[in-house]
Amino acid sequence: MDAARLEAILSRYEGEPYDLIPVLQEIQDNYGYLPKDEVKEVARRLNVPLTQIYSVATFYKMFSLIPKGRHQVKVCLGTTCHLKGGPRLVDSLSSRLGVEVGYTSKDGQFSLETVGCLGSCAQAPVMMVDDKYFARVTVDKVPKILKLYQS
Amino acid sequence: MPKFESIDHLNEYRRQLRARRDPSQPQVLVCAGPGCLPLGSEEVAQAFRAQLEEKGLSAQVALKTSGCHGLCARGVRVLLRPQEITYQKVTPADVPEIVETTLVGGGVVERLLHEEPETHALCRHKGDIPFYRSQQAIVLRKLDVIDPESLDDYLALGGYRSLRKAFFEMTPDEVIEAVERSGLRGRGGGGFPTGRKWRICRDTGEPIKFVICNGDEGDPGAFMDRAVMEGDPHAVIEGMIIGAYAIGARRGYIYVRHEYPLAVKRLQLAIQQAREAGFLGKNILRSGFDFDIQISQGSGAFVCGEETALIASIEGHIGEPMPRPPYPAVSGLFGQPTIINNVETWANVPEIINMGPEWFAAIGTEGSKGTKIFSLVGAVHHSGLVEVPMGTTLRQIVFDIGGGIPGGRAFKAVQTGGPSGGCIPAEFLDLPVDYDSLQQVGSIMGSGGLIVMDETSCMVDVARYFIGFLYEESCGKCTPCREGLKQLKKIYEDITYGRGEEKHLTLMEDLCAVMASASICGLGQSAVNPVLSTLKYFRHEYEAHIRDKKCPALVCRPLLKYTIDPETCTGCLACVRECPVGAISGLKKEAQEIDQELCIKCGLCYEVCQFDAVRRE
Ligand SMILES: Cc1cc2nc3c(=O)[nH]c(=O)nc-3n(C[C@H](O)[C@H](O)[C@H](O)COP(=O)(O)O)c2cc1C
Ligand code: FES
Repeated sequence: MDAARLEAILSRYEGEPYDLIPVLQEIQDNYGYLPKDEVKEVARRLNVPLTQIYSVATFYKMFSLIPKGRHQVKVCLGTTCHLKGGPRLVDSLSSRLGVEVGYTSKDGQFSLETVGCLGSCAQAPVMMVDDKYFARVTVDKVPKILKLYQS
Repeated sequence: MPKFESIDHLNEYRRQLRARRDPSQPQVLVCAGPGCLPLGSEEVAQAFRAQLEEKGLSAQVALKTSGCHGLCARGVRVLLRPQEITYQKVTPADVPEIVETTLVGGGVVERLLHEEPETHALCRHKGDIPFYRSQQAIVLRKLDVIDPESLDDYLALGGYRSLRKAFFEMTPDEVIEAVERSGLRGRGGGGFPTGRKWRICRDTGEPIKFVICNGDEGDPGAFMDRAVMEGDPHAVIEGMIIGAYAIGARRGYIYVRHEYPLAVKRLQLAIQQAREAGFLGKNILRSGFDFDIQISQGSGAFVCGEETALIASIEGHIGEPMPRPPYPAVSGLFGQPTIINNVETWANVPEIINMGPEWFAAIGTEGSKGTKIFSLVGAVHHSGLVEVPMGTTLRQIVFDIGGGIPGGRAFKAVQTGGPSGGCIPAEFLDLPVDYDSLQQVGSIMGSGGLIVMDETSCMVDVARYFIGFLYEESCGKCTPCREGLKQLKKIYEDITYGRGEEKHLTLMEDLCAVMASASICGLGQSAVNPVLSTLKYFRHEYEAHIRDKKCPALVCRPLLKYTIDPETCTGCLACVRECPVGAISGLKKEAQEIDQELCIKCGLCYEVCQFDAVRRE
């Protein structure tokens, strides 16, 4: 465990139990998942039982206990995107990346997830890769989008 | 930005700010709202920056990226002031022409003007576009004309004037009374009278109280709160400061959902600016009143939009709702009295204080005052954000503002209220939209998502979708919601797989009755609305699935059959490349065939075929 890296996060908090979620969010953003040793240290420092951390980490969708891929592909399955072909987009991405929803491709390049409304419904169907939005994505646009990230 | 030590200081600064601003200075406002951003707002703004630089106009022309301009369907939108010309579908390639023709030459680039779908009339100004004509903007008023990262822009338009008025001309009681008299009701879905909530909280007399802004916006299809947080963050903050003053809270939280990183960034900046200017922090404007706000980010859980779950989440727990009473106004965050209001509710408060409760109460209907923002999406020409007086009819919203249904297709339903709402059929198009009338037809206002559906949507599929969504999102604490959703989901699966039986329909109604009366929170109680409303108004579609094993709208996958018409197929192999299960085969340049045994009916071949050779029935 890289103690300094974790310390940089923990030092910004008071160390109270109510700091748990923000601390986990920072670890998730920073590491891409919640590593075991770091989580144990958080439990000790915030004085929260490990079971509570586990319950929080599995309740909220943003947390992952396993490392994610280099690129996060998120397909919106909000109502509008559902109506305008979001599910077909998921099928296409899943088959092209060779990965099921919720998993990471074998080469560690892509994680595929579905999300409930990205708030850009007027451009449905919408998907994101990392921080970039893609609007009105029809299935034939998928290869071009993936190419931007395939090294 | 100075730290304002008194009202005089603030007034003087505002006066100078206005004097410095030349109303005839050319301004370019590029929309970077939720709709335009994914279409490339940043690239368009960048192109303007480069072009203005090149022409030596950077100093004369004020270039800004603003919040949502409303008509997202035709983004990226650009507003040019003072001429008030609006351009649509702008790409970086259009920018040199706009600069040359409009900014330098004073003319208009006609091909970038809005064109009405039916009449083909060209509209030069915002006010000429029918989409905007019947709207009344209170909360969205400033979105297209200010830079949300500039406190000066907010102040120039009268920002923090209401805070000054509340603090120095009104007692906390008078503020509450004004909100009560305005008739403002919560915009987060429930429609509880805001002033009454504040009064209950103040009357507890507890020394420690909190205010919370609910920016969780979990309803899929709704993005008005995102647009307000990103486009006019100071309005939300000003509303919260006034609310804190009214109930006597020292601390506030804005709970923003995980999926809205830009909203977090804008709010963080605005809070920082408000602190530096002395609108937040100790002894605000030397009034003796202390108040500060912090942001709490969601972690991806729909149920956390429910107020008691949201509070649990801020406290560091999983988002499980608590039975009410006690209501948060009496016992909320850390067990203290807490008022929690929605983003749009908070953003209405400064206007009510500024313009007076009578002004606000004159807008809307008997039981629902003011305006409501809707995100109008789905099968309409003009999807986007619309703000209309309460009581505007669905027909006006969908047809006059939304421009009707594209492709000459027929209107089928409008879905309101997200997963807790219902589907409203054509016979109620003349229904005035307010809290009470929507409830009467089996739906709810919800946060304001309006999803228009045409004949290509299957209402059984829509209800199945919402039940699937809620099943995933139910926290599992109470049995009626957890098990009820599971059973409903299973029944929907049966129906859409052609295994449905007549008795399923009554079984669903029975399940709904239990869930509605016995679930702990609104998630389970209102989860029945998508089911009951579709069963009531679109029963024939259920019957077609059950009796004829057919999906009339051709949506429910297991009931479909895909074939390739050998006459039309060119053998381009686009479908072969797309098919995830290798079910399509044939020689190159010859007609292809689908192996029905292997076909999983995903419809990818149908979507990629450019020759309409794939048949779906
Ligand atoms: C399942 C569920 C989800 C909710 N989600 C939201 C939401 O995303 N945003 C919101 O403002 N209110 C939401 N609410 C309503 C809140 O519980 C609460 O009533 C509201 O924030 C109060 O603010 P208001 O009076 O200004 O509307 C939700 C309620 C339920 C039952
Ligand atoms: S439904 Fe996909 S962005 Fe809203």
